[in-house]
Amino acid sequence: MDLQLDLLINAIIAGLLIGGFYAAVTAGISISFGMLDIVNIAHPAFIILGSYIAYIVNARLGIDPIVTSIVMLPAFYVLGAAVYQIYYQSFEKRGQESLRGLAFFFGVLFVTEVCLLLVFGVDYRSVSAPYIGSSISFAHMEFPLRLLVPCAVSLAMFAALEIFLSRTFIGRAVMAVSQDPQALRLMAVDPTRIKRIAFGISIATASMAGAFLIIIQPVIPSVGRDYIGRIFAICVLGGLGSLPGTLIAALLLGVIESITSVFYGPSWAPAVSFGILLLTLAVRPSGLLGR
Amino acid sequence: MRTPVFILVQIAIAAALYFSLRAIGNDYLFFLGYTVLQFVVLATAWNILGGYCGYVNFGSSGFFAIGVYTSVFLYTVGQSLDDLFPASIAGPLHAIFPLPVPVDVVFGGIVAGLVGLGTGYLTLRLRGVFFAIATLALAIVLQTFVVNWSFVGGSRGAYIIPPDKVPVFGPYIEFLFALMLALVIIALTTARLIERSRLGVGFATIRDDELAAEACGVPTLKLKLIATVLSGALMGMAGAPFPFYIGYVEPGSAFDLSYAVNSIAMPMIGGTTSWVGPMIGALLLGTLQQIATVTISSAVNLLIVGLLLIGFVIVAPNGIVGLWQGWMRKRSRA
Amino acid sequence: MSAPLLQVSQLGKRFGGFVALDGVDLQVAPGERVGLIGPNGSGKSTLVNCICGTLHNETGSVTFAGETVDGMVAHERTRRGLARSFQLPRPFTSMTVADNIRVPLLYTVAFRVGHHVTEAEADERCMELLKLVALDGKAAKNPRDLTQVEMRKLELARAMAADPKLLIADESMAGLSHSEVEDIVALLIRLNESGITIIMIEHLMRAVMAFSQRLVVLVSGKKIADGKPDDVIKEREVIGAYLGQ
Repeated sequence: MDLQLDLLINAIIAGLLIGGFYAAVTAGISISFGMLDIVNIAHPAFIILGSYIAYIVNARLGIDPIVTSIVMLPAFYVLGAAVYQIYYQSFEKRGQESLRGLAFFFGVLFVTEVCLLLVFGVDYRSVSAPYIGSSISFAHMEFPLRLLVPCAVSLAMFAALEIFLSRTFIGRAVMAVSQDPQALRLMAVDPTRIKRIAFGISIATASMAGAFLIIIQPVIPSVGRDYIGRIFAICVLGGLGSLPGTLIAALLLGVIESITSVFYGPSWAPAVSFGILLLTLAVRPSGLLGR
Repeated sequence: MRTPVFILVQIAIAAALYFSLRAIGNDYLFFLGYTVLQFVVLATAWNILGGYCGYVNFGSSGFFAIGVYTSVFLYTVGQSLDDLFPASIAGPLHAIFPLPVPVDVVFGGIVAGLVGLGTGYLTLRLRGVFFAIATLALAIVLQTFVVNWSFVGGSRGAYIIPPDKVPVFGPYIEFLFALMLALVIIALTTARLIERSRLGVGFATIRDDELAAEACGVPTLKLKLIATVLSGALMGMAGAPFPFYIGYVEPGSAFDLSYAVNSIAMPMIGGTTSWVGPMIGALLLGTLQQIATVTISSAVNLLIVGLLLIGFVIVAPNGIVGLWQGWMRKRSRA
Repeated sequence: MSAPLLQVSQLGKRFGGFVALDGVDLQVAPGERVGLIGPNGSGKSTLVNCICGTLHNETGSVTFAGETVDGMVAHERTRRGLARSFQLPRPFTSMTVADNIRVPLLYTVAFRVGHHVTEAEADERCMELLKLVALDGKAAKNPRDLTQVEMRKLELARAMAADPKLLIADESMAGLSHSEVEDIVALLIRLNESGITIIMIEHLMRAVMAFSQRLVVLVSGKKIADGKPDDVIKEREVIGAYLGQ
């Protein structure tokens, strides 16, 4: 087979697998930014926190990072609910969310990053698991398990979220809360409670996304910043608050980034997501699937 | 105070500061002072868009770096004139290059202002948050380009060798310090002029309610573009002398996130409603950081900035100036 | 009838699949007092937003004072003399009451006359408007500290500061007491008598009937009636639309 074509096919496969992981990374932002209108730019910091927790447990006890992240879900949920409570009391209630709320999350992002830096230093940290390093070959295609496993679990998590949001009462309330808080109040549902639950869930996804991240690549505290552009690019491209849109956009970005880095060099990859974000904002702010 | 008087007062204070530092005779103080003054310019510039118009710019480091790399570019062009141009053109150009730093500052301001205009035009018609995210995106796109642009050093960085001494000013750092003082005066005067003009009123209406502003005849898009251009240009101007100050520039140091955090934190902590707030915030936080960097570590001082930012936006939304005004009001009532 | 001040023809606007305005025609003559009514969701606010440039209509056109204003953004229309108040008052909360009124003076009147309004002129006009709405005692207050009715008056005074030819008052009376409503109706009639054409959008029939010389009814994005108030409210379609909701 032609070498170029071979490279291209493998780049697309790697891109799709990475894209599945991106979907998990963006799921939280799709909920907080897309559905609740909370611009949580600190989300990547929570993801990195998840990575480091998975790292510690893995290094000390040898437990699989994904298992750790699932065990940690309730803790992250509580953390998210607490952050929302602070955000609500300090900004949303006073109607100051735009300027000061943004500055708040920016501060949280920065403080988390610096704290992790102080504790773990600037060395790259990674985890060990049986599936890291091996891969499945099929025809001329390579499926590294390091990418395949996070992608599969990520898609499962994504499906669970979609079912929760579309089938349960609380899920539907989450979808409606930013559009029509009044209607919720009429149904005797407290919009603040719904938002707290939803924000808790959005941070909980960061626990899993963090585990996926450290399986896929070694992590340093500042890695989170690279993901700010990615997650917002995916979220905006996918049409705010639409999970299926997010999934498609995530796969698309994964493939484009992968092809860019194979054919132009990895140093160009960060510009891809941000370039796409800027273009989307300029040309089609409602996203791919938007009207 | 009328503007000419205000400028004269600033010049007097700047001169007093400059000569007293000279009297102490320690160049290290000039190094520290330069950084603090640089933050005054950045914070004031950020506040023109963030504080007056309510549009959060997360990409201050990008605009700052545009200034930095404009200087690096012009410097590199000056170094390699004979390779870049045929002899007939290179000859006369040798008379112009190397450009004096103030000229770099002007170019840095122009380029950063144009980038500000472009970003604003792309995103300001959307909700404010998108602007915030877009500015962050912009900084990283620019950084990627610079990393891949070998003419200005790429990821390896570039060395800039400033002259040892300058006529009149003596040591180069003293000249740069004086230059930064001049930029502070330009920035503060611009901010104060805006506040006292129709433009300032228009900016405030944008911050309060854009729909109502339009209904009152305020051309919101035009005003926002003016703000992004002014704010971006001042940040670029603050960055232009940086290569000569630091001697070696690499993308990581020029695009350092701490510029973005500081230029948000300083106005937020000082107070965003007037030109005084960012200045106080920058002087306080800038000095504190210089001390902390020397005595503890630079990571800890960034932690302090972050915590102060979070603390102030929660507890004292109007910053130090707001606390002071509240205190005065209470006192006058008592 | 003299040349109309405002001419809206075949105005159409949809939000996704929802048709908000479906070919609306409306003419308003200079000096008229027009009431615009319709059930919730009938497209009144969309119509106002399209006339004022807050939203852009997809089909049809809006002509104001002999000039097509389609494609103009809101502030350009305001500067040509098309002012509005908002259904929910939207004061600038970082400024005093007086400074709120100064905004249109600085950004509308100054542009129209083609010279800067001097401080003294602005102060004088500002006080004049505040007296007109009986807010002169509250000039230095923050709008947040005003009562509901005062907030509505500020909203009207600020619209008036743009020195409009046409004023669109969007539900200025919702939630006000009986005497407060009479207060505002009297104010609007006074403004009209000083030469300003007014379109009033209102739910409160008492106020609309007291105010309007002509009544326009909008239902589901369509104009179903247009004429003398007493005749219009007797029309079967109108009664049906109101009783049917």
